[in-house]
Amino acid sequence: MSKSNSPLNDFMNGIWKQNPIFKQVLGTCPTLAVTVSIVNGVAMGLATTFVLLFSSLIISMIKKLIPNQVRIAAYIVVIATFVTIVDIVMKAQFPDLSKALGPFIPLIVVNCIILGRAEAFASKNTVVRSGFDALGMGAGFTLALIVIGSIREILGSNKLFGFVVLPDTVEPMLIFILPAGAFLTLGILFGIANNYEQKKKDKEIQKAITAERSTKLVTAPASVQTETEEA
Amino acid sequence: MNNVTKMLVTLVVIGAISGGLLAKIFEWADPQIKANAQRETERAIFVVHPEGKKQEKLTGIPDELYKVMDDKGNLIGYAMPVKGNGFQGVIKMMMGVSPDLKKITGLTVLDQVETPGLGSEITKESFTDQFKKVDPTPAIVGKKGATETPNDILTITGATISSKAVVKIMNLGLDELRKLKKEGKI
Repeated sequence: MSKSNSPLNDFMNGIWKQNPIFKQVLGTCPTLAVTVSIVNGVAMGLATTFVLLFSSLIISMIKKLIPNQVRIAAYIVVIATFVTIVDIVMKAQFPDLSKALGPFIPLIVVNCIILGRAEAFASKNTVVRSGFDALGMGAGFTLALIVIGSIREILGSNKLFGFVVLPDTVEPMLIFILPAGAFLTLGILFGIANNYEQKKKDKEIQKAITAERSTKLVTAPASVQTETEEA
Repeated sequence: MNNVTKMLVTLVVIGAISGGLLAKIFEWADPQIKANAQRETERAIFVVHPEGKKQEKLTGIPDELYKVMDDKGNLIGYAMPVKGNGFQGVIKMMMGVSPDLKKITGLTVLDQVETPGLGSEITKESFTDQFKKVDPTPAIVGKKGATETPNDILTITGATISSKAVVKIMNLGLDELRKLKKEGKI
């Protein structure tokens, strides 16, 4: 857990430090499947955020009432309820979007991000903190989907938000629309994210070593910690 | 209360609440979902029958079939939703035919999951418009490279399976219509 327990901190945690895609590597199935265009990515992200927020709130509210042995079953029922609500409302109000996202909306039920946050955070923290944690995780997930979706849409179909952004002379790289392109994009983004984190860590260690030399100490100070937090 | 009872009660209560909630929401959304499907079907019917002004669902037959009329109420053809297996999944289409079933008035793909850029070309007018010129009796044939007889349709390069699937679905639909015609049901 982070040092400060402020709601803002809980929110920011999900954006980068514990980003569900790049750090926790949760919910990669919908990530790979729906990100053929940025609109699909945004819709999936928002739907997941909605389910995440409400199931986290409810679960943190009723956590004391649920016997430990049946908690997972109870969480799933709560999550499934909200997923079904999203599914029905989408079908009624946004039929095109619902068609594009197909079976991936009902599959939010088994999205590890939601059950993961319910088990790891909402069942142990207050309602307010759980709410902010859910919003942060949802925002982090949505951002990740936007990044992947825009890369795949630009390279795969020369478009962004359905508008042509690259000239016709650039041949669209079909592979980015196909499943293989999803793996390539996600893999390269993982690499970039890890490289960034590694550089940051190296810099911190370097700084710590310089600080040590100046204080003439030999052992590394305990303050140099890894960035990884408990899930 | 012992633990087992508590477990049961908790789950029953949670289940009942969520069931009730979903029932309410579904009650609200159901008419809209049905209206959406209806609108989608109607739009497709008039795509395959551009001159059509009115449509009416035929009853008393096992298939979903629509009669299409012009503004004076004269029958100008039929529209039939057809589906079948494509390369990667089910292809759903709306097919429009003339009253004597000798001519296809139009074809539009409603739903498909073919390979983007290859199989998905079946949704393009350059492919579907071919059916308007083809002679559907006795059956449509998908050909590679060049057409030879009036029954032939040119398949899409790199998407032979998807193209032939469309042809097959069309033929099955036409057979069904011919059967209905023979039985005097339409």
